[in-house]
Parts: sequence; structure tokens; C-alpha cells
Amino acid sequence: MTAVIIGVWSMIFMGALMRGISDEMVRNGIATLTGHIQVHLKGYRNDPVIENRISHPRALETALNKHLPAGSKWTCRVRVNAIASNARHAGGVTLVGIEPNREAGISFIGEAITQGRYLKADDKYGIIVGKALADKFETKLGHKVVLMSQDTSREIASRAFRIVGIFRAEMEATEKQFVFAVMPVAQQMLKMGKAVSEVSIILPSHKKADRVAVALRSSLPSAYEVLAWRELLPLVTGVLEMYDGFIFLWFLVVFIAMGFGIVNTTLMAVFERIREFGLLKALGMKPLWIIKGVLIESLFILVLGMAIGNSMGFLSVFALSGHGIDLSSLAAGLEFVGMTRVIYPVLQGQDVVMANSVVFVLGCLVSLYPAAKAARFTPVEAMAHT
Amino acid sequence: MHIVECRDIKKAYQQGKIAVQALRGVNLSIEKGGFVALAGPSGSGKTTMLNIIGGLDSPDSGNVMVDGNALGDMNQSELADLRLHKVGFVFQAYNLIPVLSALENVEFVMLLQGIPATERRQRAKAILDEVGLEGLYDRRPAELSGGQQQRVAVARAIVSHPSIVLADEPTANLDSKTGNGLLEMMKEMNQKKRVTFVFSTHDQMVMDYARRLVHIRDGLVADDHIKKH
Repeated sequence: MTAVIIGVWSMIFMGALMRGISDEMVRNGIATLTGHIQVHLKGYRNDPVIENRISHPRALETALNKHLPAGSKWTCRVRVNAIASNARHAGGVTLVGIEPNREAGISFIGEAITQGRYLKADDKYGIIVGKALADKFETKLGHKVVLMSQDTSREIASRAFRIVGIFRAEMEATEKQFVFAVMPVAQQMLKMGKAVSEVSIILPSHKKADRVAVALRSSLPSAYEVLAWRELLPLVTGVLEMYDGFIFLWFLVVFIAMGFGIVNTTLMAVFERIREFGLLKALGMKPLWIIKGVLIESLFILVLGMAIGNSMGFLSVFALSGHGIDLSSLAAGLEFVGMTRVIYPVLQGQDVVMANSVVFVLGCLVSLYPAAKAARFTPVEAMAHT
Repeated sequence: MHIVECRDIKKAYQQGKIAVQALRGVNLSIEKGGFVALAGPSGSGKTTMLNIIGGLDSPDSGNVMVDGNALGDMNQSELADLRLHKVGFVFQAYNLIPVLSALENVEFVMLLQGIPATERRQRAKAILDEVGLEGLYDRRPAELSGGQQQRVAVARAIVSHPSIVLADEPTANLDSKTGNGLLEMMKEMNQKKRVTFVFSTHDQMVMDYARRLVHIRDGLVADDHIKKH
């Protein structure tokens, strides 16, 4: 029964951890300026330069209003590579021009400010930088940062900003990479007029992304590229697929170990009671009844083991649901694959049903062997067994 | 009328690399209502013969008929059914189920037969009373003496009204007084209920009680005679 308990517990617990990791990766990836769907001018993904901009973003509104389900949100952004510098340091960043009010409900930035304030619509010189960048540049709130990039006429454009807010992100790389300014200011600096780099969309559920993306694709001119989050985050998608494979392998390993445990336990129980089975057969018990008896005993072990394993699994998940598992010390490594610093296990009904079904169905199947073994002995063989 | 008919029964066992010929062509018929002892020294083949008659073991060759059923034509399930309804066993080592009480041990065969609980209980108590175990219904085998355990085994063997009771050395583990009492009881059942009893034994007392004595030696019937009482 220990094998069943450990098997069910580990399947539920590991499943919840994996689910937690993948959910956080998806949530984090989507929140980090990706969204569920993005619309760009064709070619922007391969070459995200200012030339590949959407000149008339408001022209997309009709299609967006028509195809986005109720509860969806969307915003436009300017996103260009830039050089940030202050008196002491200089480095490459991505300037993101945002519509502060709309952006707040779409990406992480609305809730990520830890010092100072969020951008206002009329912040002509305000900029938000990440904590890691501020540390790297040895700067702080109220200090100046100069951004330099290429404008639409391929001339160098630069503008001085004052830091109004510092944000924290799940990943240090995000804090170092992105700086946020108000979109009209970025457009003015880059001489873009009303043009934008991308439209980012958040749907009520990420599961609808592919379907909505197809609908948008069909209704927008071919000059636009509509991509769902799976295409926008290929690394995350790849890691999720790897996790699926890992969970499958884990289930397989657990099942093989548990299967041997069940067969071994049941077989031992059968051999210990072989004289008893011989006697029962001698008294008139049919082989099928003996198979039934052994299977019922295995069933009892399975059900009891599953009940205890489930309880342990739920308790383990519950115990970690508050503070999660803090992997901050491995943060640099985790960021590489898009994992968050703290893992919160997520228990889903389908995972629990899956784990229990695997254990139950395969457990019953492997119990057939000892049951058949018990039924095959002739009464004389069995009763002569010592 | 014969309840058991065995024709040219042969059976060999493999002991390591050596094949031991337990039965070498036994012919035996047992009449209904008989009280028959298969006697012989250890290793003569009498227990093998009893096991083959009861369908616990199968012969290498030859035919066995029990109450009109050819055992060779029956599968394991049909043989179990035959044992359940037509054959009662009494083993040398009693072979009671240790976790069941005397009453439950006797009830067990009727449970397999699907007899309702009330009737089971009634019949089990009646038969235990008959074998002299009234008041010991709830005792587990470990709480009974050897003689009492063997009486429970006899009660279990006859409670479902089998056509034949096969008793393998039933007195081997009993003192002579207890053995005598047990045989007296079985003889009475044989006479009153016309239950056929076949013993395998080398106990002189059992041979004395038997009305027919079949001597088996080296896997063959050496002598077969009906005693005059």
C-alpha cells in the first residue's frame, strides 16, 4: 500500500508543482508585454525596427471590436530599441511607449511600481525604469535618464526623461530591459505621428487565443501579422511541451515502481495464503471466485492507498499554497527558461482525476497476474505448499 | 449401484529428477452408502487415489466417474462445482479456516452454495450439535482440541449433504479414544444418512471400522475384500 500512497501523492504533488510552474510561466510571459494576441505589421517580429510600424492603428479598431469576445482589453504600444544613459553609465534598453490607463489592465507594469508612481497620460518627461536598471545605472527617483534611438527619418532622436517610478518584475532581465514612457511622447520623440509598433490584446481566457487570432487574421489586411501567445513565446511553449513530456515520464516511472510494488505485495500475499486458496478450492470455490477475491483485496489496497495518497497530496499542496517554494537562489538559472522565483503548486481537478485513474486502472490490471496465479494452482499443489 | 468407478488409473510424480509412479493402473469401484478404507503403508498411493476421486488431482491416464460424472471431461470450474455439491473432504490436518469460528467454518460451504443465511446458521448449528459440539459454536479452531477440530471438519464435510465423504487419515492426529469416538460418529452417519465414506488410512482402528477394506501397495490394489460383521 505504501507504493500506492507514495505513487498517488507524488503524482498529485508533482503534477501540481508542474502545473504551478507552467501556469506561472504562461501568466508571467503573457503579462510581460506579450498579451494573449499581438498585431504587428508583417516583418516586425523578424526585424523590430521603427520602419515596421502600424501607421493607422485606429483602422484596426473595427476588426478588434467585431472579433474580440466580451471582457477583452487591448492597447497600442510603441516599442523600439534605444540607448539609455546617465552621467555614469550607458546601456541598451527597450523603450516602450504606453497608454498608461489602458496598459494598466493588460501588462504587469500597472501593478509593478515599488517606488515613485505610475505614469500619467500627460507625463511629458516622466519615465519608469526597472529596479535592476536603476541599480546598474546607480540612479534613483527624480534623476535624469537620456534615451537615444533612431527616428522614422533615420536620424538620431534623443530625449531626456526624469525617473518618476521604479518597477520590480518577476525576472531581473525584465527590470534591466524595459523602460516605459507615455506613448505620445515616444511617438513625438521618434517622429512617428500616430503610428505604433504593436497592438496587444488580453482575452478573458488564454485558451481562446488561437481561435480569436484566426478570426482576426482573416478580417485584417494581409499587411498585418496576428500572433497568439504560443507563437509569441516559443521558448515558453517549448518548455511547456517539455514539461508535458516530463509529467508523462514521471507518471510512467511512478507507475512502474508502483506496479512492481502492487504485484510484489499481492504476490507475496497470495503465496503466504496458498494453502488457504488450496483449501478453498478443495471445498468447492471456483477459480473465478478466487480471482475475484484477490482482485477485491487489491482494490481495497488501491482505494485505501489512493485515499491516503490523495489526502497527503492535497495537504502538501495546501501547505505550500501560502508561501510557495522559493527558488530565488536559482533565479538567474530559472529566468533562462522563463520560470518564476517562487513556485506555487496549482491543483486542477483533471490532474487529480488523471493521477487516480492511472493508478486505479493500471493497479487493477497488474493485480490480475497474482490473482490468476492464485487461481491456477491445483488444490493438491496448493495444500502441499509449505 | 457404484458412486465411484475408477478404471486403470495411473499417476506419476516428479521428485527432483526422479519420476515416482504413485498409481500404476488402479481399478476400483465403490458402492453407494459404502464405508470403505483404502489402506496401505506410506507412499503406497492411497492419498493420491483419494485426491483423484475427489477431483483435487488429475490422473495421468485412466477414467474416473463420481456419481455419474466423468472427471476427465470436466474443467477446473466444473470440478470445483462437483466438490462443492457432491464431495465432502476431511483432511488429516483438519484444514479449518483459522480466522473463522466453528460455526462459520461449517457455514462456509453452504455460503459458497448460496444457501440463505438463516438456513445456513440453522443447519450448521444442528450438525455441530450432532457431532457433539453444542455450545462451542463461537470457538476458533485454535481454541478447540484436535478431536473437536476434526469433528468440525466432519460437520463441514457432511453439512451440505454430499454424495461421498473422502477422509484422508482422519484419525492420524487423534488419540485412540478421540479417534474411536469420531469413527463411531461417522459410522452412525453412514448408517443413518447413507453417506458414502472413503478413508485413506494405515490406522488399524479405521480398518476395523470399515466394512470394506482395499489394500493398496506400490500403486496397485493388492487386496479388496468386504468384511463380515
